[in-house]
Amino acid sequence: MTDKPKIPAIELKNVLFYYQPTAWQLSLPQLILQPGQHLFIKGASGSGKTTLLNLLAGIIAPKQGDIILGGAPFSRLSAAKRDTLRAKNIGVVFQQLNLISYLSVLDNVLLSAHFAGIKPAKSRQRAKVLLQSLGLTADMLTQKAALLSVGQQQRVAIARALLTQPALLIADEPTSALDADNRDSFMRILLEQANACQTTVIFVSHDANLRHYFNLQLDMQNLAAGAQPC
Amino acid sequence: MLMKLARQSLLNRRGTALMTIFSLAISLVLLFGIDHLRKEARQSFTSTIAGTDLIVGARSGQLNLLLYSVFRIGNATANVSWDTYQRISKHPQISWTIPLSLGDSHRGYRVLGTNQDYFEHYRYANKQTLQFAQGQPFSHVYDTVLGAEVASKLGYQLGDNITLAHGIGVVSFSEHKDKPFTVTGILAPTGTPLDQTVHVSLEGIEAIHLDWQQGAPMPGRKVSAEQALTQDLTPKAITAFMVGLQSRMATFVVQRQINEFRGEALSAILPGVALAELWQMLSMVENLLLLITLLVLVAGLVGMMTTLLASMKERQREMAILRAVGAHPWYLFVLIQLEVLLLTLTAMLLAAITLVIALWGLQDTLASQYGLFIKINPFSLQTLYWAGAIVLASAVMACIPAFTAYRRALNDGLAIRL
Repeated sequence: MTDKPKIPAIELKNVLFYYQPTAWQLSLPQLILQPGQHLFIKGASGSGKTTLLNLLAGIIAPKQGDIILGGAPFSRLSAAKRDTLRAKNIGVVFQQLNLISYLSVLDNVLLSAHFAGIKPAKSRQRAKVLLQSLGLTADMLTQKAALLSVGQQQRVAIARALLTQPALLIADEPTSALDADNRDSFMRILLEQANACQTTVIFVSHDANLRHYFNLQLDMQNLAAGAQPC
Repeated sequence: MLMKLARQSLLNRRGTALMTIFSLAISLVLLFGIDHLRKEARQSFTSTIAGTDLIVGARSGQLNLLLYSVFRIGNATANVSWDTYQRISKHPQISWTIPLSLGDSHRGYRVLGTNQDYFEHYRYANKQTLQFAQGQPFSHVYDTVLGAEVASKLGYQLGDNITLAHGIGVVSFSEHKDKPFTVTGILAPTGTPLDQTVHVSLEGIEAIHLDWQQGAPMPGRKVSAEQALTQDLTPKAITAFMVGLQSRMATFVVQRQINEFRGEALSAILPGVALAELWQMLSMVENLLLLITLLVLVAGLVGMMTTLLASMKERQREMAILRAVGAHPWYLFVLIQLEVLLLTLTAMLLAAITLVIALWGLQDTLASQYGLFIKINPFSLQTLYWAGAIVLASAVMACIPAFTAYRRALNDGLAIRL
């Protein structure tokens, strides 16, 4: 990774976002996460969670303020450059159905390397190692992703998110479809692998029970100003 | 990876993808098939007769005369008497004539009664003369010369005996069984209705009808094959005759003289003019067909777009995942375009294979039933242009679902609406 200890993994300065100026607004005056620091964001559905995730992932740009990713003025770049930077520096894990069902497990993982512009030969080996350390057997690699259990699919999603050794991993309720046992092992594996890559995790969930895995916490309610979004 | 995504995604939706390919392939088969038939029909029609200046038959429309005398389609309304034929053929401007006597058949193939002049003067395509694959012209009353297809389809060799049937149906109830004909020659293929013709001498036609009257055997009167030879076999009438002139300049003069011939109501037609009229008549139908086919193709393309557009909803998840791992919206645009390209090319390949098989299967039927001689290979440089235009058209239409993917990718971002 290019990150040196002095440069934060992600930094938000006076970020303000709204769809209409008069309605609901999302404001985040300051947020700095150092490499390897993990943040838990608690938010119920409808609290602007998705908007925040889109902002952090660079899908949308804030109306005011800056988002700086690994020292790069992320939110000021063009949409195309943000896409490229996202491919290289941000991993995303969704609630469920993270994988493209018709691709094999290995190809799903290799997708992120493809968009980051990493040669397949190089990433293939790392993908295999990563999948193995996440507890997926070699014979699963060639299977269609849809054939795996939900818990396995979520672990493949971690592998894909971490394949490019990103500065930031955004997880959007990744445990909501898992039972308690799977959830705990998922959390352990996620943080373990993220630490191994020095990746900062931003974890969004409505489940306050997961709070104890994180040293930093944030509540969506504190970010919203004005009316609630519909 | 892009290719893999497009391919796997289509495979994943193979049910709808296959139906799309089928519907597109059907319209492509129609388009290319009709275009091919059109060209081949024109080629086949115009190359059937060459070097003949006039065709003369009993008074009728020129198309009717052309169709029955050259294409062996339909029947003559009346005959031309032998005397009239003899008198006209002595016209100083006329250099040669070929008498044609039709009305009998052999297992669905028309029998043409004619004489040696036929083999000498008949020209087709680029003024090619008739060539014998085997044997020689008929010299005896009960000799016959077969067209290439008749021989190959029915498996006849030189020396085989065949019986002619009265009338022109495939199944005939009245055969001239008592007077079999011997194959003395087989013509080389010409790609014209000649290939499906059984040629016999005028005397042969006369001989088998000696004991017939009004199209049926006369009861109580039997003339054996040998007895027939001893009788006068000069025909009383022929169906039509072809005329070659000393000079083409005289065409219109001679045509007029024949049309005004006092002894009998005759029509003399210029084959080229009649062919052109025939073609003009067909070209409207032909253009209409082409238009319909084009519309069917448009319907096929629109169908493909509808399917893709409908699939965009169920593919939101897929698109969001691709966005999350760093795909630019343009990537999704290109992905959809690539899928359309794959669908179109597959449909084209399928259509090409189907068409070749269909043409191969239909070739005989078209030839025997409609006198259309078509090549099996329907592809030409023009097909390539067509294919290019279709790919382009599908790409233009694919912009609709592709742009939907693009726009959704921008609006929805990582939000997934289930």
